[in-house]
Amino acid sequence: MSALRTPTGGRIDRSRKLRFSFDGRSFDGFAGDTLASALLANGVHLVGRSFKYHRPRGILSAGSDEPNALVAVARDAARVTPNLRATQVELYSELRAESQNRFPSLGFDIGVINDVVSPLLPAGFYYKTFKWPAWAWQRLYEPAIRAAAGLGRAPTLPDPDRYISRFAHCDVLVIGAGPAGLAAALVAADAGARVILCDEQAECGGSLLAETAATIDGWPAGDWVATTLATLAANPRVRVLPRTTAFGYFAHNMVGLNERVTDHLAAPPADLPRERLWQVRAAEVVIATGALERPLVFPNNDRPGVMLADAGRTYLLRYGVVPGRRVVIATAHDAAYRAALDLHAAGIAVPLIADLRQTATGDWPEAARAAGIRVRTGAIIATTGGRRRVAWAGVAQPDGGTIEPVPCDALLMSGGWTPSVHLFSQSRGKLRFDAEAQAFLPNLSVERERSAGACRGVFGLTAALADGAAAGEAAAKAAGHGGARAPRMAVTAKAFGGGGLLGPAAGTAAKHAFVDFQNDVTAKDIGLATREGFRSIEHVKRYTTTGMATDQGKTSNMHALGIVAAALDVPLPQVGLTTFRMPYTPVTFGSFAALSRGDLFEPLRRTPLHAQAVAAGAVFEDVGAWKRARYFPRAGEDMHAAVARECVAVRSRAGLFDGSTLGKIEIVGADAAEFLNRMYVNAWSKLGVGRCRYGILCREDGFVADDGVIGRIAADRFHVTTTTGGAARVLALMEDYLQTEWPDLDVWLTSVTEQWAVIALQGPQARDILAPFVAGIDLARAAMPHMSVVEGQVCGIPARLFRVSFTGELGFEINVPADHGPAVWQALMATGAVTPYGTEAMHLLRAEKGYIIVGQETDGTATPDDAGVGWAVARSKRDFVGKRSLARASMAAPARKQLVGLLTEDPNLVLEEGAQLVDDPTQAPPMRLLGHVTSSYYSASLGHSIALAMLSGGRARHGARLFVPMPGGAIAVQVTAPVFYDPEGARLDA
Amino acid sequence: MPDAARVLPLDGIAPLIGPALTMTPLAPCMRLILRGRAAAAAAAAPALGMRLPVLACRSARTGERAALWLGPDEWLILAPADDPLAATLAAALAGVAHALVDVSHRQSGLSIAGSAAATVLNAGCPLDLDHTAFPIGMCTRTVLAKSEIVLWRTGALAFRVEAGRSFVPYVWQYLAEAGREFG
Repeated sequence: MSALRTPTGGRIDRSRKLRFSFDGRSFDGFAGDTLASALLANGVHLVGRSFKYHRPRGILSAGSDEPNALVAVARDAARVTPNLRATQVELYSELRAESQNRFPSLGFDIGVINDVVSPLLPAGFYYKTFKWPAWAWQRLYEPAIRAAAGLGRAPTLPDPDRYISRFAHCDVLVIGAGPAGLAAALVAADAGARVILCDEQAECGGSLLAETAATIDGWPAGDWVATTLATLAANPRVRVLPRTTAFGYFAHNMVGLNERVTDHLAAPPADLPRERLWQVRAAEVVIATGALERPLVFPNNDRPGVMLADAGRTYLLRYGVVPGRRVVIATAHDAAYRAALDLHAAGIAVPLIADLRQTATGDWPEAARAAGIRVRTGAIIATTGGRRRVAWAGVAQPDGGTIEPVPCDALLMSGGWTPSVHLFSQSRGKLRFDAEAQAFLPNLSVERERSAGACRGVFGLTAALADGAAAGEAAAKAAGHGGARAPRMAVTAKAFGGGGLLGPAAGTAAKHAFVDFQNDVTAKDIGLATREGFRSIEHVKRYTTTGMATDQGKTSNMHALGIVAAALDVPLPQVGLTTFRMPYTPVTFGSFAALSRGDLFEPLRRTPLHAQAVAAGAVFEDVGAWKRARYFPRAGEDMHAAVARECVAVRSRAGLFDGSTLGKIEIVGADAAEFLNRMYVNAWSKLGVGRCRYGILCREDGFVADDGVIGRIAADRFHVTTTTGGAARVLALMEDYLQTEWPDLDVWLTSVTEQWAVIALQGPQARDILAPFVAGIDLARAAMPHMSVVEGQVCGIPARLFRVSFTGELGFEINVPADHGPAVWQALMATGAVTPYGTEAMHLLRAEKGYIIVGQETDGTATPDDAGVGWAVARSKRDFVGKRSLARASMAAPARKQLVGLLTEDPNLVLEEGAQLVDDPTQAPPMRLLGHVTSSYYSASLGHSIALAMLSGGRARHGARLFVPMPGGAIAVQVTAPVFYDPEGARLDA
Repeated sequence: MPDAARVLPLDGIAPLIGPALTMTPLAPCMRLILRGRAAAAAAAAPALGMRLPVLACRSARTGERAALWLGPDEWLILAPADDPLAATLAAALAGVAHALVDVSHRQSGLSIAGSAAATVLNAGCPLDLDHTAFPIGMCTRTVLAKSEIVLWRTGALAFRVEAGRSFVPYVWQYLAEAGREFG
């Protein structure tokens, strides 16, 4: 097809042609191409506009380090993924990609005006320019800057794709499937270890995928990769994950992996997740993340067609793409010579290797010279020319003089290699600067990991394979699999070492010499930052934004350090190193959310009677994770009307309420009463079997923590209820005391919250309604008085029947095993004599009786006495949780806030909960606040509003006139006792 | 008096049956929590027809009865719904310090089996479910995403998952969604 494809070779499948589009233009590529390689094969080098200056940009790299070629890939309106690196996007049939950050088109972008005026946009431009006036930043400057600069746009539709999380464990996690990683995995697996091997690329093999010369154990490199992967695939203890980025290294060898499952498929199966988030807990980790080639810093080094040397070589050898017909090489490192030789061998003209070093000797330069390639040492690139693609390279001496323009259509550069130490650094390992390698290398480990190969400065295939094999052996052994020995691999390959250049070569102009391609930061900007006084690399980074783009400075950080070190004339390690933050490459939000979205965002707890409440037309409210029926509106009713009707029904006839969410703990054992004596403020020893008591639980600080009715089922068995929200907390608190303080007690706790469906039948007719349904239970007042419990049958079902009331009416709470709840509810509803009521009516009914709700009247600083339930405290007990604290003088101070009732002088006015109380509303703010309203309702039964409040010295203020200051004026209230309805309790005892 | 039909948390949900994964709602059964010290465990053995497991996170089975170690003094005993065990166990334990509580309705759950079962569980359960780390018969309280569960490996490729009654629909839906890719 294309003249820019080699006739043979590469790992693309030339029999599978794929049509795709870029910015609406159709192109052809092959299976095995990335979007970048396919574009290059079509001669498309201009793929994006830069972030700030809108300069035309081409493809710089062949991997995840790509700073320029950011594209949006769209499947449909909802499935648009912006900011993808074209170098990582695998081609599929009918792939649609768009360039970003250009208007109106990639070829003609009006934002390029920023480049013309770039002298006016120095580092720190925003900080300097948009300082005044302050209001304008949020309203004017920031929106305008955000609109002009930037990356791709996220789709506004909900993400229709599925994402899955996956936990995994292994003996050895190998990160990176290049030569070192493959060797490590092979050896570790051979030793019997459970191995996970992941690699961010579509194919495992790393640098071996572009290796045509080397052999391993007599195999060509590509065949060795295939054989090795086949060996690993045949081992059930090994899992190989391609397209999987290890994006974060967390404590205790937890490594986060992002697996892209379907992004490379033309038609993803609906049942496959788009991505998997792996949380891998590894006994040992082998980091084999390789190294990234550095660009060179010279003026106009960002022109399309200027590419990393090894990227150019990779396109040629792995993808069969000719990166240019006439290619100039600029280098500070031997690696580019290999690229030059491979290009030369493929028949591509290489007019010049411009080596920035004064001398170029050794195998690689000699081989280049022997091949007839011109090598000019001590040369710099003074500039490049061309419009949307490089047309010539200007080669010069560092000390000036004439510029030799060398015509070319591509320029491959190499500044040396930067080991990828980000994961090691995230593991909290300590780095050291190696002067010979000109790189930071792993030094002291904190986690159980080891680096292998180029990521720890071990370059060259022979050395990397041996290093990987040794790391695999050591890791397997450390994980308890000492069986294997690292094999000696016979490798034929020519190596090169570390070194290279950090920062621009001496004599290079700084203007338009880009360091950070993605954030448009030049050597000049960094120089300016140091001149303006920035010393720490962390400050230089934030001032210039170098290294702060989505590529996290993969190609730029070391250059920035080199420039700052040179400018300040200090050794490079003294400048410091910025933090390597996760994720290594951007990870989708969907991947982190995984299954926890929509219905699965949180467990939604429904009571056993939920369907019955739905059938009765309930409106639900969220109470913690529970759905509770709030009220049951009939046609035409709003909440107020429905609640009023429900309350009247309970007070006049009978209501039915779902109390199943109530926390329940069964406390059993000979010491059960003693245990309750120690936990609750009340006395329990004398509570008879079949009797109930309202219990108050305090914390050690003497403040009310929970409350609930406790029934004695047998001498050694109590049925304890807690608040809905306190169930788990109270059980944990009790278990804590039992295990740590009183392990000698013969008593055990079992949560039975969900064992029982609880149906409250409340109202003056409750007994009559219930009577036909019970068996073995005497409901008569004398046999079953208020605050009693009996086991028997309701509707033929074994039940615990409590005679208790949270409404102030004669009432029962029917506890039946949960699965039977609906039948009992339906039977009672079928009588036609009961009205279902919800939590709203329940709250109102209990407020009429002055019954507190822990957490509404109390706020964690109320003693039992403050909350009006001091009568429950058995002060004669030797001890109970909170007793010591309650004995403190301040806990009995007369000015403490105490529970009172409030009546508004206007009976129709309903106070706001949380409103404050004052005695003189005319005082100047800040007013002296005496207390606050905790509950407030309109009581239909009483015909006026009621409120509960916590008021300083409240019990001594009954009858006082106070005020609730509100925006519309102060509201006069009268302080009363907190019980508004049936204060004698005659109805309870009916 | 109406017939008291039981309503289970997964009523109306059909089992999932695929080549690599099956999920089946649990039928009603008897669940008892026995708490106590070694003496209680010893006293319970004859009534149970087996010794209670004393190794952490291990289970014992006899016939259709099973006992799961949940803590140093806590076992979950599973038996058929009509097993007269509750009464015989209570009788056997009379006079020995213990707590025996019926929790048959407190929890429910599902059985999950197939070559993908462990993988699907690992979508929300952080434990190592490899057979070397979690062998047949192992059981534990753990989490599945945002729900507490009891996980019990009943076979090489089979697990029983129990959760609090109100969490069971969430657990089912989570696993079903995680299992979609396995057909």
